Amino acid sequence: MIHLTGIHKTYQGAQPLHVLKGVDLHIGRGEFVAIMGASGSGKSTLLNILGILDDYDEGEYRLDGTLIRNLSETRAADYRNRMIGFIFQSFNLISFKDAMENVALPLFYQGVSRKKRNQLAMEYLEKVGLREWAHHLPNELSGGQKQRVAIARALITQPRIILADEPTGALDSKTSLEVMQLLKRLHEQGMTIVVVTHESGVAYQAEKIVHIKDGLIERVEVNDGTAHTPFGVDGVMK
Amino acid sequence: MVELFHEIQGTLRRNMMRTIATGFAVVSGLFLLIVLQGAGNGIIHSFQYNMGNFAFDAVRVFGGMTTKPWEGIKEGRLIRLDDRDLEMSRRHFPHQVTTAIPKVSNDGVVASYADHYISSASMEGVYPEYAASQAVELLEGRFVNNIDMSEKRKVCVMGSNSCKDLFKEGGSPIGRRVKLGGILYTVVGVYKANEMFSGSNFYVPYTTLCTIYNKGRFIDELTMSTRNIPTDSAMEQFIAEYTRATSHIHSFDPEDDRALWIWNQAGDNIQMQRAMSILNKAFWILGLLTLLSGVVSVSNIMLISVKERTREFGIRRAIGARPWNIISMVVVESIVITAIFGYIGMLLGIFFCEWMDATVGNQVMDMGVFQTRYFVDPTVDLHTCIQATFVIVVAGALAGFFPARKAVKVKTIDALRA
Repeated sequence: MIHLTGIHKTYQGAQPLHVLKGVDLHIGRGEFVAIMGASGSGKSTLLNILGILDDYDEGEYRLDGTLIRNLSETRAADYRNRMIGFIFQSFNLISFKDAMENVALPLFYQGVSRKKRNQLAMEYLEKVGLREWAHHLPNELSGGQKQRVAIARALITQPRIILADEPTGALDSKTSLEVMQLLKRLHEQGMTIVVVTHESGVAYQAEKIVHIKDGLIERVEVNDGTAHTPFGVDGVMK
Repeated sequence: MVELFHEIQGTLRRNMMRTIATGFAVVSGLFLLIVLQGAGNGIIHSFQYNMGNFAFDAVRVFGGMTTKPWEGIKEGRLIRLDDRDLEMSRRHFPHQVTTAIPKVSNDGVVASYADHYISSASMEGVYPEYAASQAVELLEGRFVNNIDMSEKRKVCVMGSNSCKDLFKEGGSPIGRRVKLGGILYTVVGVYKANEMFSGSNFYVPYTTLCTIYNKGRFIDELTMSTRNIPTDSAMEQFIAEYTRATSHIHSFDPEDDRALWIWNQAGDNIQMQRAMSILNKAFWILGLLTLLSGVVSVSNIMLISVKERTREFGIRRAIGARPWNIISMVVVESIVITAIFGYIGMLLGIFFCEWMDATVGNQVMDMGVFQTRYFVDPTVDLHTCIQATFVIVVAGALAGFFPARKAVKVKTIDALRA
């Protein structure tokens, strides 16, 4: 599904910063992968490149067979809309739209009629268990609920991959667990999921953990299910 | 498009305060534009009203007083026009003068009917052609005609305001007999009086007045209709030639410009038209400047609002909004604000103009000898409203476009971090 070969990325500035120094990564269809690393390791940059929010200097990125390189803003927007579902640490919901409108928004940019997209949004809110909260504004929802709205929004376009950037970063341990279980359930339904995190408890919910350090992939670990976390099988380290 | 409006409606509703603040600038801008236009029109219309019934191709000639000695005759001699001038005017300038007709006057007569009287009426002995050449507008009855002339009938055509003074009981004045200078005349027509000029003129047949007052061959005024005089300089040249021709008849210095009074209404008209168009332009410029300040504040507020919403735009772009989607959203939002509030401002402006029309517009300034109105119909026409609407929509589009373009130049990832 995702093929990265020799990706380099340098941030130009007074002091050019070579963030990614040749990353090779292959993620298959239906995999649940966590990218782990300390802050400054380049994991967020990697995720931005995967999400076509940022471009890269060298190498090749293929998403479901499509070469992603030097796209115009318009093409990039279309690819993001149709192929990628984003989940952000800070939810990134639009504050003046209620839960349903937020979930429906990606379909607005596909030109789906209002009636149709609101109906779909309700279906997806149902899936994340927030049907009763459909007409609440984001500031009337708890952190966990907001993140579930964001997940519903990510799913509504039926994307090829879900990219989650520290999805539990702003949540307490209980709701973190709920969100991670939701992601796991999506994975069981066949969704390809990439999670970026620096919390090992979150990372070890995934079946594959990619350790990134100083702009290079250090090792790829297959989660054997025995849970490396001291908090047990269902715990999320906080 | 309907979808886009739904999207915008939500945004505007959630930002009520900002929307109203933006709108207020537009409302005041357009309100002032319309009121200024209305006031300008009021002044222009009052010009037209007060000057209204003049024929603009007419040239009127009166005798004057010489100011230069000529061929042994001292200055200070009165020139009285007579039938030789009439002949000359008709023969000498076939290309320029289409008709030349004489007029005799008898000023300061008393006009009376029953117990009512006007003490300073003036009798004007005219030809039937006078009505056309001086644009006398008849309200009732007819003007002096050829049979009146040949039979020297004692008939008169009176002004509408004199009618009010003489026939206080009302009813049609046609057929009544009015006493002018002690002699009874039958009223055959009523003309629309211009309060500033000719209000108390009584037109009688030229031949009648000549006979009764024994005018002989003298003429008090010569009225000519002209053609082929397109410009100011052509008119000046015509006047110089006309003065020269007259100077041979009456023996005065052809360079003496006081010996004859030549009143050229066409020239006055050109100047008035020019003054009106300058006034009109000045009001447009003033109006547009006020509108501009409104648009600048809209643009300012849009700039701030776009800045505030950088993150929102980042989110929208992350989930698939194309740059064009963002730009069109902001532009349409801006147009909607300017159009709705512009329309409100325009309506308020129109109401204000109507109010002016109902109050100041009807005031008549009484100057004693004549009356004038200084503010007539201070309203705007549909044409101006459409132009103003067009201006406001274009301005709204621009006010939204530039901030929006700036907003999408920010990289999505940077917008998300904002």
